[in-house]
Amino acid sequence: MDLLRFITCGSVDDGKSTLIGRLLYDSDSVSLDVLAALENRPTVQGTVDLALLTDGLRAEREQGITIDVAYKYFTTPRRKFIITDAPGHVQYTRNMVTGASNADLAIVLVDARQGVVEQTRRHTLVAALLGIRNFVLAVNKLDLVGFDQNIFEQIAADYAALTDHFQLPAATAIPLSALHGDNVVKRSNRLSWYTGPSLLEHLESVPAAVEAANAAPRFQVQYVIRPQTADLPDYRGYAGQIQSGHYRRGDRVKVLPSGLESTIEAIEVNQQEVETATAPQAVVLRLTDDVDISRGDAIIPVEHVPTLTRELEATVCWMSEQPLWPGRKLLLQHHSAVVKAAIPAILHKVNVQTFARAAADSAQLNDIVRVRIKTAVPLAVDNYHENRVTGAFILVDEQSGDTVAAGLIGAANADYFTAPVAPPVAFSI
Amino acid sequence: MSAHSFDYLDRLEAEAIHILREVAGQFERPALLFSGGKDSIVLTRLAEKAFRPGRFPFPLVHVDTGHNFPEVLAYRDQLAAELGEKLIVRSVEDTIKRQRLREPGGKFPSRNPLQTYTLLEVIEEFEFDACIGGARRDEEKARAKERIFSVRDEFGQWDPKRQRPELWNVYNGRIQKGENVRVFPISNWTELDVWRYIQRENISLPDIYFGHERTCVVLPSGQLLGLSEHLQLDEEDEIVTRQVRFRTVGDSTCTAAVESDASTVEDIIQDLLLAKVSERGATRLDDNISEAGMEDRKRNGYF
Repeated sequence: MDLLRFITCGSVDDGKSTLIGRLLYDSDSVSLDVLAALENRPTVQGTVDLALLTDGLRAEREQGITIDVAYKYFTTPRRKFIITDAPGHVQYTRNMVTGASNADLAIVLVDARQGVVEQTRRHTLVAALLGIRNFVLAVNKLDLVGFDQNIFEQIAADYAALTDHFQLPAATAIPLSALHGDNVVKRSNRLSWYTGPSLLEHLESVPAAVEAANAAPRFQVQYVIRPQTADLPDYRGYAGQIQSGHYRRGDRVKVLPSGLESTIEAIEVNQQEVETATAPQAVVLRLTDDVDISRGDAIIPVEHVPTLTRELEATVCWMSEQPLWPGRKLLLQHHSAVVKAAIPAILHKVNVQTFARAAADSAQLNDIVRVRIKTAVPLAVDNYHENRVTGAFILVDEQSGDTVAAGLIGAANADYFTAPVAPPVAFSI
Repeated sequence: MSAHSFDYLDRLEAEAIHILREVAGQFERPALLFSGGKDSIVLTRLAEKAFRPGRFPFPLVHVDTGHNFPEVLAYRDQLAAELGEKLIVRSVEDTIKRQRLREPGGKFPSRNPLQTYTLLEVIEEFEFDACIGGARRDEEKARAKERIFSVRDEFGQWDPKRQRPELWNVYNGRIQKGENVRVFPISNWTELDVWRYIQRENISLPDIYFGHERTCVVLPSGQLLGLSEHLQLDEEDEIVTRQVRFRTVGDSTCTAAVESDASTVEDIIQDLLLAKVSERGATRLDDNISEAGMEDRKRNGYF
């Protein structure tokens, strides 16, 4: 069975939590005891408030909104799903970025009474920026507009204009009512004019992320295994995850940033030697030469070596209440590599409604900016649109330890969505 | 070359191994919290896959409430010996004496909330900067909100509103002195995933997970609690002998059994596929105290 990870996004009160609740409920994924707890809570309509299945924090229930990302799980006979329920509030956009970073597909919810609004554009563009290429437009609350086909088609057309404009793949538009369950799991008679699949049917049949078999091989050392026992006095294994592509025994490899070369003597999976390994497998590599390699180093077949650089250009989503100003020094964590970094220049700010560029001399919470970054040590990186794993990094405040930004590495002048759509690269799962 | 097709269990496993290795790479003094239950047993198997032929870069730490099932303690010691890894045991009993805590009273005196005190003591004693646990997000709604790397302050407190964003599979374990990180490598697994993994990996478990005859007291909720010397029973209490198994292995004073004939992992998976009640709902007596019971305990340092 395969796995699909998706995010739900949309404005506050578009009914995201209700939609997830409905998916879980109608697919028989809610236990009776959990349901009983919900039924004990009074609701305005006298029905079970399915949104409470996801709003798990006290403050969320008090305010009736989703504050933080929640993860929910359900399985049908055809597929296993991980739902990332991201908040819609503007001030929690960083959580939306968090959710999108781990998703293969985005469900963008729109209230049929409101149509495409600012947040629809914002969330679509943020999800697209994070590399999602698979969109579902869920036109919700159709019960409140009399299940009107014209309204649905108008909204679908408005959204198609948006995705066309930004050269995004077309979304699959589905009319539904999360509150009443129309077209969420089961197709609804009240939407007889709609001949497409229900939301769940679509989620079950849409292609899941496949390994980037053709993406360049990438591997970073997480941990060096050196037992130094009587049996294994000289064993030295480099433990890590294949980030993309394939590795083969006998591959000639380069260690970055040192540039030393060696050959893969063995690839071990659970102490068994294998001939090849593929992302996202966790493996141990052994090399023929005793070279100096530590955590954070990349081991890469010589014919696929990426750019090694101390100067990056990147799109950064700023996630801290303390602004980013030019000249600021931070830590840059590129998977297992952590290096000191400085941001000498903020090139421009990105308007996430229009993707227009504007001058900026600082970045505030939730801003998306284009920056230049200098690192103390060279890094082996790829462009994010070519590799969602090795093109990603986070920025960390050295003093507080907080994650203050999500970064996407991109070549200078690369337009946001004009680059060819890269094959989906598997991240950790 | 043809694209590999990985099963979802392969993906969950790869993710968990990646997380364990990040712990080893990022922290000075990590620990693996080991209760002898199925989730922490699965963690030890994942740690073998992550670190063999080397040793685990952390000890196993058990917070013994004194109300454990004897079968589980025997299993714990045997597994630690087989793995050849260090096992640290600290007891709630000692903490109660040292900190002059009040023993829980009542008919079913659960020491579950007191575990937090012992856990914080053992973290301080060994200066652990990361504690790996087997919690899963499908267990409970507050857990569904928790990050895989969950930063706790020097009092072990979780602040759900101040969680770090967790992006891609890049885990940030940077902390100040005195703080620690709770790490949950199997966050994305469900109860069924754990059992399917146990089946696939042929992992042995304490006997109490399988159907067996046990003398139990029938609770007002209808749940069955195994008889032990810790319970304060009245004459009216109904004592029965039933064929039961445990879905989760917490304290004997707060973990109910479910009626079951399941004698193999396959039987248990079949049971689960038909189960209409969640793991915690079926078995825990202490989560339902209030709607935010788990959130409140986690805020106070509960694992």
